Amino acid sequence: MPPVMPEVSPEQTAAAAHAPAVRQLLFQYVLQLADTSLVLGHRLSEWCGHGPVLEQDLALANIALDLLGETRSLYQYAAALEGRGRTEDDLAYLRSATEYRNPLLVEQPNGDFAHTVARQFLFDNFHYHLLLALKDGPDAHLAAIAEKSVKEAAYHLKWSSEWVIRLGDGTAESRQRLDRALATLWRYAAELTAPTATEAALQAMGLLPDYDDLAPAMQAHQARVLAEATVPVPTVAPFAQKGGKEGRHSEHLGYLLAELQYVQRAYPGLTW
Amino acid sequence: MVATTAPTEARIWELLEEVSDPEVPVLSILDLGIVRAVRVEGEQVTVTITPTYSGCPAMGAIATDIRLRLLAEGYAKLAVANQLSPAWTTDWMSAAGRAKLTAYGIAPPVDGTATGHALHLFGKETTVRCPLCQSANTKLVNQFGSTACKALYQCQDCREPFDYFKCH
Repeated sequence: MPPVMPEVSPEQTAAAAHAPAVRQLLFQYVLQLADTSLVLGHRLSEWCGHGPVLEQDLALANIALDLLGETRSLYQYAAALEGRGRTEDDLAYLRSATEYRNPLLVEQPNGDFAHTVARQFLFDNFHYHLLLALKDGPDAHLAAIAEKSVKEAAYHLKWSSEWVIRLGDGTAESRQRLDRALATLWRYAAELTAPTATEAALQAMGLLPDYDDLAPAMQAHQARVLAEATVPVPTVAPFAQKGGKEGRHSEHLGYLLAELQYVQRAYPGLTW
Repeated sequence: MVATTAPTEARIWELLEEVSDPEVPVLSILDLGIVRAVRVEGEQVTVTITPTYSGCPAMGAIATDIRLRLLAEGYAKLAVANQLSPAWTTDWMSAAGRAKLTAYGIAPPVDGTATGHALHLFGKETTVRCPLCQSANTKLVNQFGSTACKALYQCQDCREPFDYFKCH
């Protein structure tokens, strides 16, 4: 039995506070955040039952669950901002890969445990610092979602930072696996803080933080963790890969969505 | 069933005390501190709750249980609303709730460490007492436990593994 919601949801009230043109920009941006957390949450859920040890299997599933929870709040807000009657489920299950707006980093396959840890560390370091800024931002509803999620993101960043340290300063085997993962994934990290036209427009209006303002804290944390891990900061930035936030994805996203969306595509409108 | 009396806020709060957390059944949702407001306007009852963790699967069950408990009293015009901000914190857990958790074998959140969300990445871990033997000589096994709200610890003295309702 679904809970009876008030006739005007908090999301609709928040959306109505913006002019139509701003609402459309915010819709695109909130969708991007939701897609990002959904795709990464789905990737992490692929580990369920396959973790290297039981405790880390639990950790990965817990982080996946937090991200899916954040995803729902974001899609609900995105649906209200769009204002065309689509629901959170429509947005998650009935859009094609080219309509997804997640950065390329989060759709990359899990690889080995070091690869998943490196991907998580690069994402968490951005996610945590972004949410810290959004929770004090001018859009009250986005701020409320961020206020909730930043507490969870802090646990995630702590987890991935500790594992970067453990693998980097661990055995020769763990170290070479981490090195390989960082060398592969580093080129995707720059997209996180490279503003799209939508993000730049919202930043110009003061609705989003300027990513340059997040950089010092992100770099400081990253430097501290890599130093503790005895890993030099990789330098492969000239080969930066981007485009995911504008719908140009790697081949991996289609396969991920094929699995994630299978039931709704095969049996449209099916409910539990 | 038709309510014999009109709903009052006090009566609704009494009934909410009987709704438990499905994952930690010794706690009522009032112990947990997730009920933010009760509003009664004529026959209409609105209960506002705050999610513990964004992805906590118990939240849907809790909203349903609230509705079922109030329906059983004949209160049919119900709404359960979600409120994200201010974000739930374990600081809102009642003293009674903390005592019930300990008796149930789950270490309650340690006072005064839930505010903020600083990373404390290289900081000292909080001392969590074993709920069975009260020893402070315990070890964090996993920051992520059997549910979103718990971490896994082990007592170094009585060797018992136990859940810690982590600060949030």
